[in-house]
Amino acid sequence: MPRFSAENTILAKEIIGRYPLPKSALIPLLHLAQEQDGWVADDAMEHIAELVGVTPAEVMGTCTFYEMFKREPVGEYLVNVCTNISCMLLGGEELLHHLEERLGIRPGSTTSDGLFTLEDVECIAACTEAPCLTVNYRYFHKISHDEADSLLDDLKAGRRAHEVPKHGTLGRVRQQISADARAGVAVPSECSTPVWLTTDAPEGADA
Amino acid sequence: MTDTTTSPGATSKPDLPMMITGRFGYEDAHTIERFQATEGYDGLRKALQMGPEAVGNEVKAASLLGRGGAGFPAGVKWGFCPPEVWPRYLVINGDESEPGTYKDRLLMERDPHQLIEGALICAYAVGCAQTFLYVRGEMAHAQERIAQALNEAYEAGLVGKNILGSEFSCDVILHWGAGAYIVGEETALIESLEGNRGMPRLKPPYFPAAKGLYMQPTIVNNVETMANLPWIIRNGAEAYTAFGAENSRGTRMFAVSGHVKKPGVYEVEFGTTTFRDLIYGHCGGIRGTNTLKAFIPGGASAPWFYEEHLDIPLEKVAVDQAGSMLGSGAVIVMDDTTDAVKAAWRVVRFFARESCGKCTPCREGTSWLEKIMRRMLDGHGRPEDIALLVDLCDNISPSIAWPPKQTTICPLGPSAVSPIASAVVRFKDEFQAYCGGGDIPTSVTINGGAYVPPEGAPAGV
Amino acid sequence: MAEQTETTVKITVDGNEIDARPDELVIDAAERHGTYIPRFCHHPRMNPVGMCRMCIVEIDTGRGPALQPSCMIPVSDGMTVVTDSDVTKKAQDGVLEFLLANHPLDCPVCDKGGECPLQDQAYAYGPGESRFIEEKRHFEKPIPISDLVHLDRERCILCDRCTRFADEVAGDALIQFIDRGNQTQVNTFPGEPFASYFSGNTVQICPVGALTAEPYRFKARPWDLDQVESTCTSCSVGCRVVVQASRNEVLRTQGVDIDGVNWGWLCDKGRFDFQSIHAEDRLAEPLVREGDAYQRTSWADALRRTSDAVKAALDSSGPTGIGVVGGARLSNEAAYTWAKLAKGVIGTDNVDCQLGDGLPASAVLGLPRATIDEACTPGGTIVLLGVDPKEELPVLYLRLRHAIVEDGATLIEVVPHATGLSKLAAHTLTYGPGGAADVAASLVSDTPGAAGGVDGDRIAAAANALGDGPVTVIVGRGNLADSSDVVTAAAGALLDGIDDVRFLSALRRGNVHGALDAGLSPGLLPGRVSLDEGRAHFHETWSTVPATAGLDTTGILQAAADGKLDVLVLLGADPLTDFPDTDLATRALAGARTVIAVDVLLTASVKQSDIVLPAAGYAETDGTTTNLEGRVSRLARKVTPPGTARADWIIAAELAFRLGDDLGLESTEAVFDELTTVSAVHRGLTIEAVGVDGIVVPVHLDTPADEGATPDADVDPDAADAAVAADAAESDDEAQAAEAEATEAQADSEDSGDPVPSDGRSDVTEIATNGPAVGAGVTFIAPNIDIPQPDGYRLRLVTTRALYDMGTATQASPSLAELPHGATLRLHPNDFDRLGVTGGGNVKVSNTEGGRGSITVPVESSTAVPRGAALVAYAQPGGATASLIDVSRAVTDVRVELAP
Ligand SMILES: Cc1cc2nc3c(=O)[nH]c(=O)nc-3n(C[C@H](O)[C@H](O)[C@H](O)COP(=O)(O)O)c2cc1C
Ligand code: SF4
Ligand code: FES
Repeated sequence: MPRFSAENTILAKEIIGRYPLPKSALIPLLHLAQEQDGWVADDAMEHIAELVGVTPAEVMGTCTFYEMFKREPVGEYLVNVCTNISCMLLGGEELLHHLEERLGIRPGSTTSDGLFTLEDVECIAACTEAPCLTVNYRYFHKISHDEADSLLDDLKAGRRAHEVPKHGTLGRVRQQISADARAGVAVPSECSTPVWLTTDAPEGADA
Repeated sequence: MTDTTTSPGATSKPDLPMMITGRFGYEDAHTIERFQATEGYDGLRKALQMGPEAVGNEVKAASLLGRGGAGFPAGVKWGFCPPEVWPRYLVINGDESEPGTYKDRLLMERDPHQLIEGALICAYAVGCAQTFLYVRGEMAHAQERIAQALNEAYEAGLVGKNILGSEFSCDVILHWGAGAYIVGEETALIESLEGNRGMPRLKPPYFPAAKGLYMQPTIVNNVETMANLPWIIRNGAEAYTAFGAENSRGTRMFAVSGHVKKPGVYEVEFGTTTFRDLIYGHCGGIRGTNTLKAFIPGGASAPWFYEEHLDIPLEKVAVDQAGSMLGSGAVIVMDDTTDAVKAAWRVVRFFARESCGKCTPCREGTSWLEKIMRRMLDGHGRPEDIALLVDLCDNISPSIAWPPKQTTICPLGPSAVSPIASAVVRFKDEFQAYCGGGDIPTSVTINGGAYVPPEGAPAGV
Repeated sequence: MAEQTETTVKITVDGNEIDARPDELVIDAAERHGTYIPRFCHHPRMNPVGMCRMCIVEIDTGRGPALQPSCMIPVSDGMTVVTDSDVTKKAQDGVLEFLLANHPLDCPVCDKGGECPLQDQAYAYGPGESRFIEEKRHFEKPIPISDLVHLDRERCILCDRCTRFADEVAGDALIQFIDRGNQTQVNTFPGEPFASYFSGNTVQICPVGALTAEPYRFKARPWDLDQVESTCTSCSVGCRVVVQASRNEVLRTQGVDIDGVNWGWLCDKGRFDFQSIHAEDRLAEPLVREGDAYQRTSWADALRRTSDAVKAALDSSGPTGIGVVGGARLSNEAAYTWAKLAKGVIGTDNVDCQLGDGLPASAVLGLPRATIDEACTPGGTIVLLGVDPKEELPVLYLRLRHAIVEDGATLIEVVPHATGLSKLAAHTLTYGPGGAADVAASLVSDTPGAAGGVDGDRIAAAANALGDGPVTVIVGRGNLADSSDVVTAAAGALLDGIDDVRFLSALRRGNVHGALDAGLSPGLLPGRVSLDEGRAHFHETWSTVPATAGLDTTGILQAAADGKLDVLVLLGADPLTDFPDTDLATRALAGARTVIAVDVLLTASVKQSDIVLPAAGYAETDGTTTNLEGRVSRLARKVTPPGTARADWIIAAELAFRLGDDLGLESTEAVFDELTTVSAVHRGLTIEAVGVDGIVVPVHLDTPADEGATPDADVDPDAADAAVAADAAESDDEAQAAEAEATEAQADSEDSGDPVPSDGRSDVTEIATNGPAVGAGVTFIAPNIDIPQPDGYRLRLVTTRALYDMGTATQASPSLAELPHGATLRLHPNDFDRLGVTGGGNVKVSNTEGGRGSITVPVESSTAVPRGAALVAYAQPGGATASLIDVSRAVTDVRVELAP
């Protein structure tokens, strides 16, 4: 069901409403689509195009620029091994190769059971914890080969569900902005000097 | 999951306050309860008393340098917004992706309220009507912590309409990236936030402070930069400038990775601490009995340093003059077993993969460089390849100077030049070896070796 | 616009100080002063992106020289630019090498080979053989991204020109950059092709051979082509073009950048419908009907039969027994010659260049006129009345779009359905059929209220935006199922209600405005003067002048249908396709005693004619044409007509000769000279003044007397002599030989004028003369209309033009023939629901009660349509809307029911 579900459509409109201009919601909506389906289908992009008021081609242009968006289904678990310099210096490549052997796939491909997709990725900001990897963007630091193996076993056995949600899920906590707490969007050309400047600092706050 | 991170460690000043990592000791530092119990949002309260202009002046006086890489004084940048052009926006750069850099993620995961408080102080001073917190997409945990914190803060009337009952109103919107290093560059960040492909804009004319998000004045600041604000406002610029050196005040987080005994992220006094303190003091020196071969002082983009640079202080100007940069506070240490060509290639490959594709020299040049080096490593190097590498570098970054000249829009292209330019000069023999000019030194290993957890270290998983 | 004189900025380029214009980009300033900086992504009509980096030069603004893209940096006082230093050269060579690294270098099999900036740069600056020994980037070879355009991503250098054009200029962001870094490619969204009316422009501006046009692929190499500048006559915008041909076959047309008109852009119809001149059913020989069959015959015979028919008509019924319909396809010269023949020799005023689908001449000529540039004034206000420029006048749409998006113009629409510009409009007032006048009246009244099916507050809001002008109203017919009075009455209301208002006529046929200026309209004589005002003056040059005003096309066809017309001349007119009332057109062709068709193609109406005279087509004759703003620009001959087809003006001259009257016109130049002497509108015009950019007539009086005053007197007697000899000659081949001679002679007399400033108004002194002034006796009087109340159970037909339809030129152009979308009925959601159609069922639309026919078409619901209206595009495959219309009614009510 690659278009947004009814409640995701509502959520999508709410997200669009947070931005001064609707197109700014493109990336969050693409995430939402990927969260719903595990990947970004063409129909989803068309739906997003309708909601945001751009052409599907524009949505695809943005979508394909960013690595996290997958345009075909990937495994339940996306295993990203960092091989960038800090990790490379401490065995990141060996970790990757170990997992290749263990899973029997090359980076970029998915195991036949559809469980694991392996990727050879750039720095994931855990350099002091090398070697490291993420599974569906959940971090695992300083991983020995044995630890990697037991991690895969756990994932297979579903013992990590609490830590590692299905691919596509980013924040399991969403930002909520209640209507009454909301300051509102600042639309270009529709804003004057902020009141707190005019009152607190008459000359304006360009200091 | 364990982190050997952020132990304060010995510093030149024993009484050095942990200005931004102070709460890292608490397991629950990310909760609003703990935060408010530890002076949380006091800085914001005080700011609202002081008035926007005073806050701006205080930050200027603190001469707080940006922590995102360029190291530009935050207070000064805030002043660049053209007067009477509204709305203004604040965009927090949490896209941390520079290889070797690991600090913003910690600040976002461990102490999200501190970041929100800092952001609000900035928005208040500059008069930003809306704040966007652009967090790197891969950092799901940070997303959750910030979303949680924002929800708590909205609940408590600390964000949104009439903050703390004042007239100051500003939404803070959590925005997710989606995996593109270049989006860390501020104009690309803005393009991305507008829903476009993250391709940088030319500066000039598109300096964000003048023509940023939706062509409106926009302040882009790094997460760590923002995290400093609460402390500065609480304790004043004077207290802040009491630490650090002439051009580099306060404290700063450094992530030391690679071949050291105790890799980690350390908040140390800015400007006075030296690389030696960091690598041999905090990190306990090079692993095993090995010796230092080279280290990258400021993230993958920075030219390499060696033995003779160890006593340079972690100070912007000093490092610039020595021909590199402090960049994003990422120190990557390589010991004598490191294959210089392989290491350089790995950095080049990163930039080749991350080029946005806008500028011909970067799009074509970086991947050409990567292909050549890959070929060398595969054993098909040709004698002329070294000269070719250098000449291509020169076409991306004319005369391979420092600070770099560029034929490109943004510095990413030239960044790919740094490792080659460094390694080719210092380790020419290794390059020649790969180009049929002798054997590869036996001392170097082409790979890092499988990771074995040190004795008694808690399991990684 | 080109020639503004503002304060200049002084900059130094390679040591020479030059005067640059404020805000000018370094690359443009340098080029204007003779220093060409190589570039790929920069295009003067699009916003800079600084992507290719080829134009980097050393620029010093005081902080020392730095390599900067000269296409991104505006000039500033005291700036120093160095384009030839070693640093610059090294950097540029580097960029070029990078661009070539992954380029396939398949120049020998590339359409662009020989006219390729990348290839030229490579030769001019390139390093010679490549240092790139790695595997090149690979993509599937050319993929079609639309019916007309193919994309070869391996050749693409990612300059962002096509993608910027699609997004910024055309507003069709259907092609985009996909993927990132070295894998970046241009592509469309799956299943959504680059179906833009303007796609051909991307092929023209692609700096390499990545984008190729289906009709031109592998047709020729640039060095085989030779070319001539001309003007597109596919619609009345009059875009400047170069026509490129090889071996007497036109192979390609490209846009030419004219400030006043098309800025280098063309629509795909104008770019590709030249194909029709090479169509199979192109008329090459005169034909006469024997029973049901046609016989080829000689010009001599065909002309004799024609003149006999005319003489017979004159004898039996006098001049009014003859009617001439059409003329918008003709050049100004041909139009004048035909006007002179019809009105000045035969003496009939039953002459009309429009086909009942336009506006009364009194409105087109009588309302205060605006130019395109005036309509597009930055910050100005534009009212769109009736017409949808994107469908009828595509390049005008581009100009308007630019004015709104880039130059802050405000658009207010008073239209029968949402148009291609509605997305950009400040206010769109969609009137119910017949409601235009009421909406307009309310719009300009002191107390705007609900009118014409539009609610009051929406009209009031629009009224605020309208103010007191300056306002340009772009007025066109819009709905062909309404009488033209509907929009002219609305125009009248705006004229009265707005202080400072001008009008831009949106009549769409190629040279319809030139034909009107030449007098091909009832009650008019050349020069926008009435019969009565011009009679005395024209008696000096013409043998006669009609006594009383005649019939328009509707009247003429009615007379023919009633058996009151002896001779009906179809002058490039196809009433059976183009007249909005097929029933009347059919009866007329059957009722006229003799039908004579002068045409280029075997149209439906030609098939019903008794005598067929083959005419020279587009790119086959010289002359001038006039666009919708009154800009006269030149038509150039590039190829010879097929067979013995000949220029329309020659046909007229020869007929006159047969009727015993020598028009005294022996070449297009001679016609031009007579036109510029006798016609008040054209008076004082010279070929030099027309120049390259064309010139809006009437020319200014208030210009220096010393310039361009000499009228062009370069007559070419051989041409017409030979032509006349040709029909005097008896045998066909004799005639043909002589004819060929004639056309050659015509070609020789091609004369290239010097360019004049392109501000649309020229520096030409008016030759003092007697005779009536421009517009004498032509006054616009707003008609009173009364629209019958709609009955509850029928809907009102709205039928508007789509760019691609069953029109002959489109259908005779293989690349365009398949592009019409097809007839679909669109209904307002409420009416749609009332109809109870589920999904895309078919419906029967009929006007049998009104004595007309019915069509069966698919139906869909659309918010672009007002309540009570039934929208079907005109002349689409599967739905002959004209069969529903009775032109004698003010509106057309139709019954819509589910098809059995
Ligand atoms: C290629 C490139 C990548 C960058 N990545 C980051 C980043 O990940 N995070 C960051 O804060 N700044 C990054 N920057 C620096 C930003 O452009 C900008 O200078 C910074 O966010 C400004 O904030 P600051 O003044 O607080 O440092 C990057 C710059 C470049 C040229
Ligand atoms: S230098 Fe590279 S990353 Fe930066 S804008 Fe140019 S192509 Fe993009
Ligand atoms: S022409 Fe200037 S960068 Fe392409």
